[in-house]
Amino acid sequence: MSELRELYQEVILDHGKSPRNFGKPPAVTGESHGHNPLCGDTITIYVDVANDVVTDIGFEGRGCAISMASASMMTEMLRGKSRDEVEAMFAEFHALVASTEPACEAGFETPDLDKLIVLAGVREFPMRVKCATLPWHTMKAALEGESEEITTE
Amino acid sequence: MNTAPAQRLDNSAATAPFDAERVRADFPILSRTVHDKPLTFLDSGASAQKPRQVIDAISRCYEAEYANIHRGVYELSAKATEAYEGARARVQRFVNARSPNEIVFTKGTTEAINLVATSWGGAFLGEGDEVVLSMLEHHANIVPWQLLRERTGIVLKVVPTDENGAFLLDAYEALVGPRTKLVALTHVSNVLGTVVPVAEVVRIARANGAKVLVDGAQGIVHQPVDVQALDVDFYCFSGHKLYGPSGIGVLYGKEALLAAMPPYQGGGDMIERVTFERTTFAPPPARFEAGTPPIAGTVGLHAAIDYVASFDPAAVAAHEHDLLAYATERLSALNSVRLYGTAPGKAAIVSFTMDDVHPHDIGTILDRAGVAVRVGHHCAQPLMDHFDIAGTVRASFGLYNTRADVDRLIDGLDEVREIFG
Repeated sequence: MSELRELYQEVILDHGKSPRNFGKPPAVTGESHGHNPLCGDTITIYVDVANDVVTDIGFEGRGCAISMASASMMTEMLRGKSRDEVEAMFAEFHALVASTEPACEAGFETPDLDKLIVLAGVREFPMRVKCATLPWHTMKAALEGESEEITTE
Repeated sequence: MNTAPAQRLDNSAATAPFDAERVRADFPILSRTVHDKPLTFLDSGASAQKPRQVIDAISRCYEAEYANIHRGVYELSAKATEAYEGARARVQRFVNARSPNEIVFTKGTTEAINLVATSWGGAFLGEGDEVVLSMLEHHANIVPWQLLRERTGIVLKVVPTDENGAFLLDAYEALVGPRTKLVALTHVSNVLGTVVPVAEVVRIARANGAKVLVDGAQGIVHQPVDVQALDVDFYCFSGHKLYGPSGIGVLYGKEALLAAMPPYQGGGDMIERVTFERTTFAPPPARFEAGTPPIAGTVGLHAAIDYVASFDPAAVAAHEHDLLAYATERLSALNSVRLYGTAPGKAAIVSFTMDDVHPHDIGTILDRAGVAVRVGHHCAQPLMDHFDIAGTVRASFGLYNTRADVDRLIDGLDEVREIFG
């Protein structure tokens, strides 16, 4: 498979075109804005947290296929997860897309994260890694109640 | 100092008919590959590639004639000073300024605009004074005025644009009034290629007693500029878009205006006499050139101007017009493509979006085909907001581009279509 096909796999194109959990959930305990000043992409992540568990999550914004797919897949994955689990997934996801190590041959500690391996293609496109990680950084800020805008720079 | 006949010789010598293939041979980088594909460089609007003549001139400077300028009593310093001031004289002839003292070297267009905003604006503009900009501006001709607004309370007025991205002269005329002290406009839109009718702009500004600054970063590249004929007060441009090095640019300013302006930065080279009690400043242009300038950069700029001036401007214009027409025709034939910027008489820059595919994704796919374009907001976010888009794909053409480059762009877009379905 060419690197381009690796990057733009069907599942990514599908999430990019029809993002899941797009919109503001009915109840929101935290939200954060993310911004990539290089391309002008913006994202807002909304979370509803009860007893340290993400009971609901959604997002709004506009961006490239990679950032929209990453946000969409992330929101699907995080509903029902505890803060600690989210923290662990964040670290694993970051290693998946930004590390130079072979992509998780040993598998993930978090089983669900397997679904995100399609985003590993972004490793071959250093200029695009931030597109994949912006939603995650923004989500983390929403969970931690940070009011400052998250930027990729 | 060169005399008038030399000036005509320098700027209008049509030594050979325009031959893009021959031009390409002057640019070493164009023979390299990117991702195993021949390089198709369509981003000259961001920064142009450099011909051998410029690269060699810079090498020669460092190999044979380099030292710090001014005040050195030794041979090398004298040579470097001569080269530096020679470059200034070359710029003067290139834009037809009255005197080399009207040519200030800066880091680039951005610094030139900041210099005027800080020095001239700080000294001569006050609360309620109006500065007229347009929707077409690059951030470099917006933000310096906003910073000045914070310091002085000036008022910014913005000339709107229409759906074609045209400059609306009537709307401009309606905005200019007795409170207008400065009109600061781009010559050519870096996103759309729209050419602003500077002569008319100046006429209307003059009728209202306003000064005119032109951001010529793109303008200087796409047509010969005669600052006296245009009668502008300030004209700013960069070396690197003109096939010269980055880090060197030019502020042209009318001598009387420059003479009345306070220093922009303090340091060596810009003074007459320094004591701890009081310092007196050198006259322009030295007053605005604090510190050691990019000496080799001016040598490279000189070579770049010689290079550009070696072509017949009419032949270059015809070449660029052909590329623009061909690119417009081929892009318009794609149903998925929407072009932005269709004002008549525009320069060779095309901006477009493609259905719901984000410009960033298009840029990545084109890159793998060896095609270098710029994607995003192009430092013109207000213009993006006007069109209600996050960004565009922009292909900008230079001397060395050919119809084959347009064909490779179109092939790349076919691949985008294939991947995104």
